[in-house]
Amino acid sequence: MTQTKKAAVPVLETQNILMRFGGVVAVNNLSIQVHQGEIVALIGPNGAGKTTAFNVITGVYTPTEGGVLLKGEPITGLLPNKITQKGVARTFQNIRLFKNLTVYENILIAKHLRFKADFMSATLQLPHARRMEKQMHADTEALINRLGLQSVKNEIASSLPYGQQRRLEIARALATEPELLLLDEPAAGMNPQETDELTEFIREIKDEYKLTIFMIEHHMDLVMEISDRIYVLDFGVLIAEGTPDQVQNNPKVIEAYLGVEEDA
Amino acid sequence: MKREMNKKRILLNLILIAVAAAFLIYADQNMSFYSLRIINLCAVYAIMGLSMNLINGFTGMFSLGSAGFMAIGAYAVAIFTVPVAVRSEVFYLQPMWPVIANIHMGFFPAMILGGVLSAVAAFLIGFPVLRLKGDYLAIATLGFSEIIRIAFTNLQTVTNGPLGIKYIPSFDHIWWPVLTAIVVTVFMFLLIKSSYGRAFKAIREDEIAAEAMGIGLFKHSMLSFVISGFLAGMGGALMAGILGTIDPKQFLFTLTYNFLLIIVLGGMGSISGTLISSVIVTAGLEWLRIADEPLTLFGVNIPLFRPGFRMVVFSVLLMVIVLFFSKGLMGTKELSWELIGNWFERQKARFNKKGTPLKGGESK
Repeated sequence: MTQTKKAAVPVLETQNILMRFGGVVAVNNLSIQVHQGEIVALIGPNGAGKTTAFNVITGVYTPTEGGVLLKGEPITGLLPNKITQKGVARTFQNIRLFKNLTVYENILIAKHLRFKADFMSATLQLPHARRMEKQMHADTEALINRLGLQSVKNEIASSLPYGQQRRLEIARALATEPELLLLDEPAAGMNPQETDELTEFIREIKDEYKLTIFMIEHHMDLVMEISDRIYVLDFGVLIAEGTPDQVQNNPKVIEAYLGVEEDA
Repeated sequence: MKREMNKKRILLNLILIAVAAAFLIYADQNMSFYSLRIINLCAVYAIMGLSMNLINGFTGMFSLGSAGFMAIGAYAVAIFTVPVAVRSEVFYLQPMWPVIANIHMGFFPAMILGGVLSAVAAFLIGFPVLRLKGDYLAIATLGFSEIIRIAFTNLQTVTNGPLGIKYIPSFDHIWWPVLTAIVVTVFMFLLIKSSYGRAFKAIREDEIAAEAMGIGLFKHSMLSFVISGFLAGMGGALMAGILGTIDPKQFLFTLTYNFLLIIVLGGMGSISGTLISSVIVTAGLEWLRIADEPLTLFGVNIPLFRPGFRMVVFSVLLMVIVLFFSKGLMGTKELSWELIGNWFERQKARFNKKGTPLKGGESK
C-alpha cells in the first residue's frame, strides 16, 4: 500500500531548495516530498526556517536555488495567486483575515479565483456572470454550514474569538478548492481543548475534501497524533525525517530541541 | 415579512427618484445660472470623488493623480469641441497642430475620448508605479499629475500652452453632468457589489492574504486604477464643458486635495458617503461666502468677517467633523433605508429612556 503511494508522483516536492537573504541562508538544501492523502508536519525550533520554506512553496519568495514541483509540474517562481489557482491554499502564522469584512464575505472573496467573467459582464450582471455569482454564493453558504460557521456568518471577522478566527482562516483556504493545504502553526496560541477540537477538525476536512496537508506546528501533541510523517528542520537544514515514533527517538532531534550537555 | 420589507424599499426608492427628478427638472427650468453652476460642480465633484474613492477607499492604494487624469479629460473636450472656425482666434500665438486642427466632435464623443485617453494614461503609468505601496505610490502619482500639467503647459500647438483654451461650447443646462454622475454612481454600486469589487476590498484589507487567496494583485489594482482614470477623465471633460475655458493652472496638484477631502469626509470606501460629502463640500463652500462679507450684528461690526474668513470657518468645520467622525460621515457603510430606519429607532429609544424617569418623577 505505502509502496504504491511512494511510487506515484508526489503532490508536493521540493528539490534542494536554498533560500539566501543577503548573508543569511534561511533554508539550506531542503528536499521534501508530500504524497497524496498524507498529513506531513514540518517542525523545528524557532528560526529554523519553517515559514521561509512555506513562503518558497507558495511563491512569496523565489528560491535562490532549487525548485518546487506540484504534482510533477514546476511552480518555482510563480506568483502566489497563480500557485493558489493551481490548487495550493495556505493559512498564516499570525492570522491574516480580511478583518473588517464579515465571515461570509471572507469566504466569498476566496471564491473569486474561480470566477471567470470579465469585470464588465460582472458589473452589468450579464447572464453568465450572474450564474457564476449565484454559484459562488451557494458554495459559500454550503461551506459555512459544513464548517459550523452558520451562527457567526454576518459577524465582522476580527470580532470572532481566536479559535474561530483560526477556523475561519482554514475555511477561507478551503474555499479556493485546494488539493494541498498548507497550515502555518494552526494551533498557535490555543488552549488544550481548542487544540483537541482543531485536531479533530483537520482530520474531518482532510477526509471530506480529499486533501493533502502539510503543516508547521509547535504543539507536539497535535503533531504526534495527527501526522503520517514528520520533517525536522534546524538552522535551515533538514536533520531528521520519519514517522512520529522515529522522530521522537532521534538523538539529533532531541539535541536540537533540548541542546546537548556541555562538557565540563 | 421580507417581501413586505422589499416592497416598502421599492416604494421608498421610487418616491426618492421621483422627488429627485422633480427637483432637477424644476431646478433646470427655474434656478439662476449661479445655482445651476453649483449643481453642476456638485455632480463633477461627485464623479471625481467616486473615481478617487475606487482606488483609495475600495482598493486601498494611496493615489494622488486625480488632477492629472482630470486634465487629460478636460483637454480632450477643449481641443476637439471648439468650433474649427474660432480655433485660429484661440491659438493666436502659434497655430494649432495641423493633424488635429480640423478634427471636430460633439461633447459626448469628446467626453468618452477624454475618459479613454485618461484610462490609457492610467494603464501606462500603472505599469511602473503600481509596484509601489503607500506613501511611495502617492508621491509617484502626484509626480505624474504634475508632469501632465507641465507637459500641457508646454505643448503650445496642441493645448495652447499657459494661455489655455477658451470658446469651449459650454452647456446651459444640468443634464450632462447630472446624468453622467447618476450613471457613474450606479456603475460604481454594481462594480463594488460584484466579485471584482470584493476582490478590491480584499486587497485593501490585506494584500498578502488576498494574493494567497488567488487574487492577482497587479491585475486587480491595475483594473481599479484604469477604471478610476477613466472616471476622472470623464469628470475633467464635464468640468471643461461647464467652465467653457480651461488652462493648465486649474489642474495644480492642490485640486486633488479637494477630492481627497471629499472622500475622507464622506468615508473611504463608501459610495453614498462620497455623494453626500461632495454636495457638502461644494455647496457648503458657496454658502459660507457670508463669512467673506463684512458683518454687523446689533450695531457692532464683527471684525473677523472679511474676505478669506470663509476658508477658516470651513477648515474648522472640517476639523470638527474629522474629530467626531474619524472614519468619515459614512465609514465604509452605505446609506440605506434600513440604516435610516435604525437610526430613527435608536433616537426614539434614547428619547424614551430620557423621558421615562421624568414622568415617574411627575406622578409622585
